[in-house]
Formats: sequence, C-alpha cells, structure tokens
Amino acid sequence: MKINKMIKVLLFASVFYLLAGCSDSSESSSSSSGDKEIKFMHLWPEGSSKQHYDVVNKIIADYEKEHEGVKVDLEVLSNEQYKDKLRVLSTSKELPDVGMTWAAGFLEPYVGGNMFAPLDDVIGDQLSDSFVPGTAEAYALDGKTYGLPLELNIVTLYYNKAMFDEQGLEAPKTFEELENVIKVFKEDGIDPIALGNKDAWTGSLWYMYLADRLGGAEVLNKAIDRSGSFEDPALVEAAQKVQDLVDMGAFVNGFNGLADEEAKSMFMSEQVPMYLIATWDLPNYTTNETVPQEFRDSVEYLKFPTVGGNGDMNSFVGGPGVGLFVAEDSKVKEEAKDFAAYFVKQWGEKAVTQAGVIPATKVDADSLDLPEMYIDILNELNEASNITLFADVQMSPDVAQVHLDSIQALFGKEMTPEEFAKAHEDALSK
Amino acid sequence: MNKVMSNKLLIALYISPALLLVLVLVFIPLILSGYYGLMEWDGIGDKTFIGLENYINGLQDMKFWSSAYHSFLLAIFSTLSLGIYLTISFILASKIKGSDLLRKIYLIPMLLSSVAIAQLWIKVYNPSNGILNVFLKQIGVENPPAWLADPSLVLFAIFIPILWQYAGFYILIYYAALKNIPESLIEAARIDGASAFQIATKIKLPLIKEVVSVTVVLAIVGSLKYFDLIYVMTSGGPNGASEVMASYMYKLAFSSYNFGYGSAIGFLLLIITLIVTFIVRKLTTPKERIEY
Repeated sequence: MKINKMIKVLLFASVFYLLAGCSDSSESSSSSSGDKEIKFMHLWPEGSSKQHYDVVNKIIADYEKEHEGVKVDLEVLSNEQYKDKLRVLSTSKELPDVGMTWAAGFLEPYVGGNMFAPLDDVIGDQLSDSFVPGTAEAYALDGKTYGLPLELNIVTLYYNKAMFDEQGLEAPKTFEELENVIKVFKEDGIDPIALGNKDAWTGSLWYMYLADRLGGAEVLNKAIDRSGSFEDPALVEAAQKVQDLVDMGAFVNGFNGLADEEAKSMFMSEQVPMYLIATWDLPNYTTNETVPQEFRDSVEYLKFPTVGGNGDMNSFVGGPGVGLFVAEDSKVKEEAKDFAAYFVKQWGEKAVTQAGVIPATKVDADSLDLPEMYIDILNELNEASNITLFADVQMSPDVAQVHLDSIQALFGKEMTPEEFAKAHEDALSK
Repeated sequence: MNKVMSNKLLIALYISPALLLVLVLVFIPLILSGYYGLMEWDGIGDKTFIGLENYINGLQDMKFWSSAYHSFLLAIFSTLSLGIYLTISFILASKIKGSDLLRKIYLIPMLLSSVAIAQLWIKVYNPSNGILNVFLKQIGVENPPAWLADPSLVLFAIFIPILWQYAGFYILIYYAALKNIPESLIEAARIDGASAFQIATKIKLPLIKEVVSVTVVLAIVGSLKYFDLIYVMTSGGPNGASEVMASYMYKLAFSSYNFGYGSAIGFLLLIITLIVTFIVRKLTTPKERIEY
C-alpha cells in the first residue's frame, strides 16, 4: 500500500514536471533602469577559436566602457549551429540585434524576407573608404549593402619548397611550367596536388582560377549574373583544362572522396607538395605552434600561374568570409548600427595581429609586427586588380548546389566540359 | 496497483505525457511537413501556395528516383544480411566456448556513435593511407580503387559499415529469441534423433519466425530512411552516386534552401516507407501465434 502511494506521488510529480517544462517560464531579467541592451551573436566559441573569442570580448568591453548605459548581450555558437539557429530565429522574427552573416547568396533569403537592415548610411558616415575594394560590395543586393565585412580571404597556391628543391624545381609562373612540375613529381611517384573534392568548393577554386586566367576577371561573374553564359568558350576551355589536369594525375588519388581536411593533412604531412587554399589557412604555415617549425619554414605561396600567356596574376579568387548584419526590426537599431561600425573599426588590426585573420578593412601591414607571409599577402591585396567572389557564394543556394555537384562530376570525368556548361545554364535559367 | 489501473482518469493522466510528446514531436511536424510541401518556400521568407507542384516535380525528379533506388538497394542488402546475423546467433546460442565474449564483441559497433563509425571507416577507405588499400598494395594489387571517390563503388563501400553497425543489434535480438526457446523441446528432438542442423532449421527457426519478421520490417524501414553514415562519409557524393532519399531531402532543404520541395520529398519518403512496411508486414506475419 505504501509503495502504491509512492508510485502515485512519483508519477504525479513527473507529469507536473513535464507540464511545467512545456510552459514558458521565461525570466524577466531586464537590467537596471534605462540601460539599452544590444543582443549580439557570433560564431567563435572559446573552445575552438580562442583568439577570435578574446578579441571580440575585448572590443565589447571597450565599447561598453565608452558608451555609458549600453550593454552588449553575447551569445556564442559554433559555425553550423549558428547557421541553424539564425534560420530558426528568423522564422520567429527574433534575430539578435547584431549578428554574423555570409555574403551574397546566403544573404538573399534574409534580405528577401526583410530581416536585415541596409547599412549604407553607416558605411557612408563612419566607414567610408575603410574596406578593401570589392568586400563590402559582396554584401550588396539591389544597390543596398546589408553587411559589414570582417574577414577577407584570397586563394593562393601553397607549395612545399623543400620538396621542390629535392626535385630541382622552381616555383611555376605559367600553367605550362606547372604542368612540368606535375610531371616531374609524378615520375618520382609523388602525387603533386592535394585536393579534397568531397566538399566540391575546393575543386571549384581550380575551375575559377582557370576561368579567370583564360577569360579575364569578368567572364565567370557575367555568366552567373546572366549577362554572359557558361557556354562562353573561355569557360568551356577552363573546364577542359581541369580535365587535362585530372588526366595528368595532378591530384591525389581518390580526391573526389576526400574531405578538404584530409587533403590538407596530406599537404601538411609533406606527402604532397602543392595545395590550393585560401588565406584562412595562413596560421598553419606561420604562427601555429602545433605545426612543426620545419614544415612551416618550407611552405611558400605563389599566385596562380598564367595560362598560355593569358591572364593577370594579380587577379584573385577569394572573398569576404563573415560580416556583421543589423536586424531590421531591432528595437535598438541605432545603437546596434553604431556598435557594428565600432566593432568593424576595432576589428582590423586586432584581428590580424591577435587572431591571424586577414581583415576586410585596410590595414597598414608594414607598421604591424607580423610574420613575413602575412605582410606579403597584405601587400598582395593592396595591389590586387580584382577579387572574384567564390562561385558557390555568388550563386543562389540551389544553383550553388548544382555547381558543386557538377564540379565533382567534371573532376570525376562523369561530365564533359560541354555538359558541365549546360548543367549550369539549365540551373541558372530556371 | 490493480486499483490504480482501473481508474480511467489516472490511466489518462499517466499516458498523457508520452502522448503529448508523440503528438508534438512526431505527428504535428509530420502533418506540417506535408503542408509545407504544398508551398514554395525558402525557409525564411513568405510561403506561396503552389498546390501539388512540389509533389509532381518530386515524382518526375530523376535525382529523387536514383536516391530512392539506392535506398531500396540498401534495404535489400540489409534484409539479406539478416541471414548472416541469424547464422551467427545460432552459433552463439549453442553452447560453444567463449560465446559470451563473442557476443560482446559483436555488440561493440552498436555502442559507437554513427559519426565515430563514419570517421573510422573514412580512415579505412582512405585511398593512399587507408588500412584497406595499404593491405591491398601489400598483397600485390597494383591500383586499388579509391573507394569513396568511385561512383560505381561508393554505395557498396558505405553499405559495409552500415551493415556492420547494426549487426550487433540484430544478433542480440536473435540471440535473446533463441535463448527463449524451452530446453525441453530441443531435448525431445534430440531424443528423437534430430541432427543439430535439423534442430536449427526445423524447430528453432519456425519458433522464432515472429521475431524474424519483426527484424525484417526493422531492417527495411531503417534502410529506407537511412541518413547518418551517408551524410558524414560522402554527403551523397560524388555527384549523387551515394545519395539516399533522406540525404537528398536534407540537401534540398538545408543546402539548397528549398524548404517546400524538401518537405515534399520528405513526405514522399514517408509514404513510400509506409507502403513498403504495410506490404512487408502482410507478407511476413505468421498466420497463427506460437505458444510454447
């Protein structure tokens, strides 16, 4: 009988506990009178991106000190979770006042849903001429800018100088020299180029550079914005060159099944001499203490070579990474905009010196204490004639998916260059 | 306790938490996704009603059908593999030395999380440094295949870890069922002079028929909605060669931002699974119940 009663009590308790859990027990924690609270969400958790995390906290602390009565309420999530949460919050119209977004294609649905505030006034007032050309533009849609870029990445070909020296090779300046380098390594039984094409955007980098060198800076952009076509001879030839490289055995065995991380580890364990990747990897080749010093010393970079004498080596593939947005229906929109602008201004130098991020704002490289490769890349950026935004970022998400699938098929030789062009035309004309 | 169970109100109260959870977490989203399937929706902006267009597109979408084909292939292979598990369970349930230890060994993959298994097998399959290809090279295979990159092999290369992952689960079920058979029946058969093989096929197997039929349903349904290892190991690639229905649905909704269409595909997946389950149940349910 006693047990019987106890079971009853327990079950009751559990039922009520459950029901209580369902109801909204939100605490009203509005802080002291008159304080304005800016909700800020970012994607650099302390665990995985400690340096970024610290820089952000420092900027927030400074801002709060300089602006009496404004508090920044921080929420930190890791990359993929961040994307998911942003989507969920946007459907319930509860976006943070300031948060992070990616450029171009990612923005589209948010801007279409009227979620992000245009920031042209902020750029005009506080940030005019502070961004590297081409970066803020990547966040523009229909003539309005919806994001303040924080990072900038350009893609260069990293190579292992020690391995090159062993074969008596020089850094290639033209595609023909590159082909020769590939042949020499091949003959010695070394796979020449690390490529993790499971992720497909990695292969897209090769295609984009070949397209840029063969057809100039605009040909790919035009094909994507529909003032041109993927059936442009230069683009078809670029696809053909990709397959020529595959035929030569330029890329590591089984690249279509490898993730970028796996390809990277092959490059970093000195099994493979070349790797095409963006500057977000720079710390691995300069400051990262967990990477053997010997390896870091032997890595150099080179600008993607010219093809058949064509192309401008100062034209880069790349693009801004994350940027800040301000929510359209934020209750503290003016403060949020002000904070975003402040953040961007503070971010530049701190980011590059403390977190190894190439910022989207202009910095004076020579005045900073940086590893040589950073200074070179920053100077490279100052001389850049053009930065072509990553193709899969430029495209809307559904077209980007077709692009990535087609890239895998092109590299895997399941598609001819003509079919590759046609797949894009079909997807874009929908 | 009897008194508690005769009180209607209390019964209602006790089942309500579970019922509520199932309703909120399963049935309502299910209906909603069928409804979203009627919309043109990117998941963020406004929804536009477009009727059955998504469903019609889905039925004409070659990529969907090829992913459905892959899912059914997986279902066939997992059903066939049940035979192997059954054989192993027969051996384990007979009194051989170390069967206890073996049973635990078979169960280990089930204790690992899918992502860990995926990472493990990605390493095994690595075309240059993976244990499999290193071994193949050792025994003189000139050009061992790049397992996860070859469109004609990738699907089967992933099937192996999937089947391996669930082996322990089915072996455990069969083992329990076999142990449940009264020793007296076996004893009687033995006295009548039945061989071990006859005991297995003529007595034990018919007695656990019901369990087998349940596992067939579990294997088929599990295969049709399978997602984890595919997503981690290849995300359906290269170029859709290892895409299954669930990964295709995920790709549409979360990579292409095509929530309406993704929901429609999800709903089609549900309908296909329901029909198949119904047919399989019809075919495999034994006519009469067995009483020991």
